Amino acid sequence: MQIYRSHVLICNDSTCAQLDSGKIMEEFGAQLKKNKLENEVKVLTAGCPGMCEQGPVVVVYPEGTVYTMVKPENVKEIVEEHLLKRKIVKRLLHKDMMEEGDTPAKALDDTKYFKKQLRIALRNCGIINPEDINEYIEHDGYKALEKVLTGMTPLEVIDTVKKSGLRGRGGGGFPTGLKWEFAYKSQDDEKYVCCNADEGDPGAFMDRSILEGDPHSIIEAMTIAGYAIGSKQGFIYVRAEYPIAVKRLDIAIQQAKEHGFLGENVLNTGFSFDIELRLGAGAFVCGEETALMTSIEGKRGEPRPRPPFPAVKGLWQKPTLLNNVETYANIPVIILKGPEWFASIGTEKSKGTKVFAIGGKINNTGLIEIPMGTTLREVIFDIGGGIPNGKKFKAAQTGGPSGGCIPASHMDTPIEYDTLVQLGSMMGSGGLIVMDEDTCMVDIAKFFLEFTVDESCGKCPPCRIGTKRMLEILEKITSGKGTEEDIEKLEILANNIKLSALCGLGQTAPNPVLSTLRYFRDEYEAHVKEKKCPAGVCKSMIHYVINEALCKSCGICARNCPVNCISGQRGEPYVIAQEKCIKCGTCMVKCPFKAIFKNV
Amino acid sequence: MDKGTCCCGCIDEKEQMLESIMQKHKNRKGALIPILHEAQELYGYLPLKVQRKISESLDIPLSEIYGVITFYAQFSLKPKGVYNIQVCMGTACYVRGASLVLEKLQERLGIHIGECTEDGLFSLEVCRCVGACGLAPVMMINGEVYGTLNPEKIEKIIEKYEKQGKVQVK
Repeated sequence: MQIYRSHVLICNDSTCAQLDSGKIMEEFGAQLKKNKLENEVKVLTAGCPGMCEQGPVVVVYPEGTVYTMVKPENVKEIVEEHLLKRKIVKRLLHKDMMEEGDTPAKALDDTKYFKKQLRIALRNCGIINPEDINEYIEHDGYKALEKVLTGMTPLEVIDTVKKSGLRGRGGGGFPTGLKWEFAYKSQDDEKYVCCNADEGDPGAFMDRSILEGDPHSIIEAMTIAGYAIGSKQGFIYVRAEYPIAVKRLDIAIQQAKEHGFLGENVLNTGFSFDIELRLGAGAFVCGEETALMTSIEGKRGEPRPRPPFPAVKGLWQKPTLLNNVETYANIPVIILKGPEWFASIGTEKSKGTKVFAIGGKINNTGLIEIPMGTTLREVIFDIGGGIPNGKKFKAAQTGGPSGGCIPASHMDTPIEYDTLVQLGSMMGSGGLIVMDEDTCMVDIAKFFLEFTVDESCGKCPPCRIGTKRMLEILEKITSGKGTEEDIEKLEILANNIKLSALCGLGQTAPNPVLSTLRYFRDEYEAHVKEKKCPAGVCKSMIHYVINEALCKSCGICARNCPVNCISGQRGEPYVIAQEKCIKCGTCMVKCPFKAIFKNV
Repeated sequence: MDKGTCCCGCIDEKEQMLESIMQKHKNRKGALIPILHEAQELYGYLPLKVQRKISESLDIPLSEIYGVITFYAQFSLKPKGVYNIQVCMGTACYVRGASLVLEKLQERLGIHIGECTEDGLFSLEVCRCVGACGLAPVMMINGEVYGTLNPEKIEKIIEKYEKQGKVQVK
């Protein structure tokens, strides 16, 4: 095997690929050849290191230097300066890599962005080439499988997972080891291992990143699970919206088979296990475990009542073990480093780390992995770099349409399963959307309800009819026609749906409303009592006005108005015809004299 | 759309391909959804005659197949535009102004969500989170992601496709 002195890793996940990472790759090839470095430096595509808003991201090893927002024309400079003269191109460094003074941080791990992170599930993302099994093997890949198949009984494997304290990373937080034990104890001639890669929560994309950046870790973990519960067949149910993930999983499954890690007689131990990919078709409810299995069976993805639980009667009525992508990604590490090591990370009831996709009104959007127990403040201000444009933090939304909002007053609560539930939210799959003072919480609640109404499968009335009624009330409130009774009705409805819906989707659908009511009731009240939207979002309650004293009658606003509702002439202030205005806000953005205001 | 259909006895290529898709999956458990995926890729949508073929071949009632198709957002009973635009309405995109993007597109193309322009060039859909939240707000045109959108950028993107589309139609 050829030894290279440096490795250049170019992120090629969905986000960076859109930002020309392909061209950058070609340019590196050309520039290295030109400088005769092609035998010393190796260029690789890699998964996502997490800093998506700074893409495309290029990391140079062994230094671990992170260059961000790299353009094809910057490649020449990186090659000539960094790779040839070993001088770091400071200008292109990730902003957090500059420490106090002018010395760049030594490595990726020392940046402010990474310092508070601990990467277990994402350990290989952005570090290995996901399309090459040899790189995974070099990074301890398939060692856990070997250890399990050659030296552990199924019960020992299950015991290890139990002792580690790992809980399901897909939302509910059910102890993974217990799930494995239930599936092990169910006796049947056939059993299945499923991986839930139907990452449907809007704003969460950690599973995509793991599948794109480290697909072998999932295959290894599922094979281990197959051995532990006594199954020969696995299914990965992946969203069809993730074409790169599908492609890389396909390649990975193929390579694993060629190398004897998958298929008949794995590692010559007599154990056989195969994995098949199944694509979703755009139904959020299929992220619910029973609905997911119905969908794999080729039917409408409707949930079914539990019990019987999947561990007893799952796919095709056979005992089935179902875990989410991030949960599986932890398994090989737990086997190799031991359950005690894993259990030493995190808090008493939530062990290990959790990946969050931070987005919304925050400076560093992207994926982060933090030990359980890290506070929201650390996530948003230390890792996330705070709120852009000097705005004030209002709330963080976790758990997607099933979760709730955490207000500024609870910023110092450690993030773990149980504390989030106490706050009226939930861990969910790990989407964390930051909202600032310009976000209307009633509007956000409406947004999530629109989502659930859209995605409700229609099987049970509380969800099908109830969420629709809730949405209607929210529409009434945001259009300025709400009354105080509406808020009460909303609360009663929400609590009833929570108690009576069939599956997780319906039972948690009211959460965004209940949690915004809990922390931002004043905003709801402002909407119904004063007919005001304090954040200035709900269109029926705002209007744009031109300040006569500031208006220079330049006419720019009138020319840009899409509905021609602004009129005036030279020398006189312009006027907006309120009845025609669609409140798009274009005039306010375009006015060079800041003479147009939004009245709430 | 159904140019491959012919009554004069000549060979319908698409139908043959559909047949081989069905043969490939037939013996798998739960084959219906993978077949529907590939059939839609072949035809662009799932017309009734394709549903009938699948129903006969898999011995699944047509009503059940129709039920599955209408359950999943990705399956379509209607043909889509040459360029299918999907605007992401995920949370991150929403708080960063996805509704403005959608409004602009509707205004520019003169169609609503779920519709297709008269010339058959564009169709408009909303989707939930394509996982490119770092670039919010985003949309996809035939699977290609466009990020950090604003009304001006949309104008340029649509213009580009209009030009391309006209060349293609000629």
